[in-house]
Amino acid sequence: MSNFDGAAANLLTMGPKRCTYKGGPMATAVPIVDYLVLGDNPHLIARECTGCGARFFDRRNACASCFATTFSNAPISTTGELKAFTIVAFAAPGVPVPFVAGVVDCDGTSVRGNVIGVDPDPDHVALGMKVKLTTYVVGTDDDGTEAIGFGFAPLEA
Amino acid sequence: MSDDIWILGITMTKFGKHPDLDTVDLAAQAAMAALADGGVTMADIGVLAAGNLIGGGGLGQQLQKQIGQTGIPVYNVSNACATGATALRTVIMAIKAGECDMGLAVGVEKLSGAGLLGAGGTAKSDKNVYEPSGRYGAVTNTDGRIGTNNMPGTFAQIGMEYGHKYGGTSFELFAKISEKNHSHSTLNPLAAYTKKMSLEQIMGDMMIAYPNTRPMCSANCDGGAAAVVISGAKLKTLSLEQQRRAVKVSASVLTSDPWSESCQVLPDVNTLTRMASTQAYEQAGVGPADLDLVELHDCFATAELVHYDNLQLCEQGGAVDFFTSGAPWRDGTMPVNVSGGLQSKGHPISATGIANIWEVCHHLRGEAGDRQIQGARVGLAHVIGLGSACGVHILEKSAA
Ligand SMILES: [Zn+2]
Repeated sequence: MSNFDGAAANLLTMGPKRCTYKGGPMATAVPIVDYLVLGDNPHLIARECTGCGARFFDRRNACASCFATTFSNAPISTTGELKAFTIVAFAAPGVPVPFVAGVVDCDGTSVRGNVIGVDPDPDHVALGMKVKLTTYVVGTDDDGTEAIGFGFAPLEA
Repeated sequence: MSDDIWILGITMTKFGKHPDLDTVDLAAQAAMAALADGGVTMADIGVLAAGNLIGGGGLGQQLQKQIGQTGIPVYNVSNACATGATALRTVIMAIKAGECDMGLAVGVEKLSGAGLLGAGGTAKSDKNVYEPSGRYGAVTNTDGRIGTNNMPGTFAQIGMEYGHKYGGTSFELFAKISEKNHSHSTLNPLAAYTKKMSLEQIMGDMMIAYPNTRPMCSANCDGGAAAVVISGAKLKTLSLEQQRRAVKVSASVLTSDPWSESCQVLPDVNTLTRMASTQAYEQAGVGPADLDLVELHDCFATAELVHYDNLQLCEQGGAVDFFTSGAPWRDGTMPVNVSGGLQSKGHPISATGIANIWEVCHHLRGEAGDRQIQGARVGLAHVIGLGSACGVHILEKSAA
């Protein structure tokens, strides 16, 4: 972690924090990835380059677009439009199939995620459909901590 | 002609299952056949570039021990699905730099039985206690939970993204692209699969990642390909027959992807391919309309569609109309993947970027037999490896 610069280091304090969640009075929860922020209004957060505004979801040594080394945290819109998808029917062992993988345009920021809350078939998923971020419990570890994942569900009209 | 770069000899092995040949055997078979095709020996070769991804490393030196150890520099190259093109380009750069006047590029892979390309990636078992790790601070395996890492799914989305942007795509349209390539493969005796498939068969086959069914995915197989590259000055000292069969490399370009907004969410195979084709057309002094045939990287049916556009075979946004016009069929105005493409010829990863150049050379030499594109003078070969790397070569028939 020695290659973290100051701005990236801020992310550590923001990063995956154990917190109480609706799983029960004593249950704690961690986000599946550190760019998912839990709480009353779960949302994603990107590292935004202070030089050019490019957004990244993973830790960065420098900006891939302009080479700057400082980043701020930018919350990502929780609604968007499905701009690409596939229905994966055959995957590596351990990956439950079928599932809908897609890319959602959240107010100009492309976000990768599964489309959930729909039947995984071409009759129920469409390019351009409006979706919103939603979270769910992925699993529980031996300490009773829940891992919280996210996906995009159809936005009710 | 003296500054030009030429392919003197080139070959590909039969693609398919080679249970009795190991990686080095396949490389040796391809390399020796390319040397024989060019009428030269290892004594003439000044540089060797060897491409291989999953053979364990150091293929070039292992190959020398089977075909001739002469002390020349060896470059072992690895560049995803663009590995073969990268090996070729490495040799071309050495000759352009004046370090030698002849070189050998080899690409080989053994993949049969490997399952779906890129479907792997071992799912790490969930830890007993969640601890964030990696650049995304993931507490558990994210593949399949936050989108997909597998190749069929990735390239499916790339095709769907094109459809979202420009319209006109459908499962049936993508399947029709596959129907074309499987039809073309019936004329290619070196292809792994040479059976014609109906649209109904293709659409009714096992779904891998919508809208790509199994025959719409590149076929994992074994294979090798090799090329002897020579400077124009050296070529002039060889026989007239060697000069007549030599194929001119009018453009050799390799690009990686420049940053674009969503390239790290879904790979952007478009920008770097368009860049590579633009540079290649400029280098060669030809335009898309001058091409007599194109071998492009149809690792999935959904990928072929976007590359019609990226290689500028049609107007921007016009790939669907280009395909439905019949242009890319072998009897159309712009034959694409007359070899059968990766979907039927097969995709032994590191061999692919040289094998597609062999296909184009085969036609430019007038040696393609039943599948000959008559009068072919200029052709383009394209590969892309995710990550990404894109190779584009433009080849021209010898005037000799
Ligand atoms: Zn920047």
